[in-house]
Amino acid sequence: MAPVLASPRPPAADLPSLHFLPCGDCAVSIQLGDTVDAEVNASVYALADAVEAAQIDGIVELVPSYRALLIRYDPARIRGADLETRIAGLRLAARAGATRARRWTIPVVYGGEAGQDLDAIAQDKGMTAAEVVALHASAEYRVFMIGFTPGFAYLGGLPERLHTPRLQKPRQLVPAGSIGIGGQQASINSVAGPSGWRFIGQTPLLTFDPGRAAPFLLSGGDRVRFRPVSAEEGAEIAARVATGEIVTGPEDPA
Amino acid sequence: MTIEVLAAGPMLTVQDAGRFGFRRFGVSTAGPMDAPALALANALCGNAAEAAALEFAGVGGQFSAARPVRFAVTGVSCDIFIDERRVLPDESHRLLPGEKLRIGAATSGMWGYLAFCGGIDVEPVLGARATHVRTGLGGFQGRPLRTGDKLPLGRDAAPADICLRLSENSAGIFSRHEETAPIRIVAGPQDDHFAPEILARLTETGFYVTPQRDRMASLLGGAALPALLGHDIVSDATVPGSVQVPGSGQPMVLMAESQTTGGYPKIATVISADLPRLAQLPTGACFRFALISRDEAEDIAIAQAAALSQALSGLQTKPEGVLQSEYLLSFNLISGVFAPEDIDEPDRRGK
Repeated sequence: MAPVLASPRPPAADLPSLHFLPCGDCAVSIQLGDTVDAEVNASVYALADAVEAAQIDGIVELVPSYRALLIRYDPARIRGADLETRIAGLRLAARAGATRARRWTIPVVYGGEAGQDLDAIAQDKGMTAAEVVALHASAEYRVFMIGFTPGFAYLGGLPERLHTPRLQKPRQLVPAGSIGIGGQQASINSVAGPSGWRFIGQTPLLTFDPGRAAPFLLSGGDRVRFRPVSAEEGAEIAARVATGEIVTGPEDPA
Repeated sequence: MTIEVLAAGPMLTVQDAGRFGFRRFGVSTAGPMDAPALALANALCGNAAEAAALEFAGVGGQFSAARPVRFAVTGVSCDIFIDERRVLPDESHRLLPGEKLRIGAATSGMWGYLAFCGGIDVEPVLGARATHVRTGLGGFQGRPLRTGDKLPLGRDAAPADICLRLSENSAGIFSRHEETAPIRIVAGPQDDHFAPEILARLTETGFYVTPQRDRMASLLGGAALPALLGHDIVSDATVPGSVQVPGSGQPMVLMAESQTTGGYPKIATVISADLPRLAQLPTGACFRFALISRDEAEDIAIAQAAALSQALSGLQTKPEGVLQSEYLLSFNLISGVFAPEDIDEPDRRGK
């Protein structure tokens, strides 16, 4: 039987609607939009919560991202078509469900070696470094997704004036905890590695520590604010973190 | 009880079935490039399916054990020697203290597995022993193995003198490296980013495996696949098997150690039954893609899982594994023709 090629799908409506996109024989992506949008993203996490709550047998894991929820499943326990039917039935519940949002305040040592792009960005924007810091720390960010590497947080909500294109040539090694800007997005890097983003500071917190009972500090859907701290305070926090102390937790869930 | 690495191939890592449940936190599944081959290696050693073994790329290495232990090599055809005695893949064998196990270069296949009874007992990280090389997670200190590494072994639960082998009629479900059947794919998730003639190109022209390949991804050569709507999408989740197409138009298949999200359109997904076969193709090998429906792909996945479980439960006891039993008595030992070495490989090729 000749398989039928998918025809172009309708453009995303204002309100997210569910597009089921097969990813082979053991995963399906449910697309809720095709832009970076806080509301679409909130729907993704609400849908993930609803799917989790439904405890559908055969689901292996859920991977929410900016505007889609990927479900990995075991086809021997549930077929993709049946899974889609079950998910479509959850849709209203997902919309009605309120998203939990944990709020974090992340200490950041701005500038310095890890924040090597701070001065250049300030110059580029016609601002002082202190103004860039104040603007970056004034905003509330949304964790759109954790992805690419363990614990890497993609943040939305970067003030427009700070939008800065990525480097043409990625740097080979950016330290863990680096606070980045990539286009219209912000980041908290969790592990050291190469990156083409620009970096304005570093948090002494470990957003990923596999040896910790809760290895990941942040989850998708969380809200984040940054608190500028001095290099001395940063070093003091880092020393406490190194002993395994949990130095911060989320504020009251909203 | 430890296994000592006397010499290590270039990409020798501890792998188990993979790290599940953490992709939403950016943690790759990692695990084997050829999952059925790892499952076979474990089963030949009487290990549980979740036990950890060693995966090697092309060349294995040399190993010794501190106490008698059984091992099995699967996934590739290669020279395997216990001291000067040649033994076969897809069977378990005993390795005694003082003996040296040598695993040479693969003559066919890319990814081999070496399991030991009891499994490699490194501390699990995020619920798994699989090594994610890129982020240094899991396995033995998060890295490929080196000469001098000493690996802890778990408790050997299986009866100590039973060696197993794959039954002849089950061999077919494991990757045959000479096989030239198309690699089957399911369209999507972003197939609508490509014009119909580009989608047609995906299956009507051949591709080849370039040297740019590792545990993370395999870059393909052949026709370019330009996307209608550009090659940047709002990042979404990937899976092993995702055929993503970056701006160069050269498709890239994500493999076991793939990143969890990506910003390139994914034109198709290699079905899970064929991903190990793609992994095992030699560099430079040409192949075709064949498009099938998701339903067909799921049918194949279900049939493959059933066939694998049947093959693993149908492993045969090797006669040489019971030197004290009636098997020995079935030979005319009194005539003195049989040395133990001959019994070790009855009717097989010599050294």
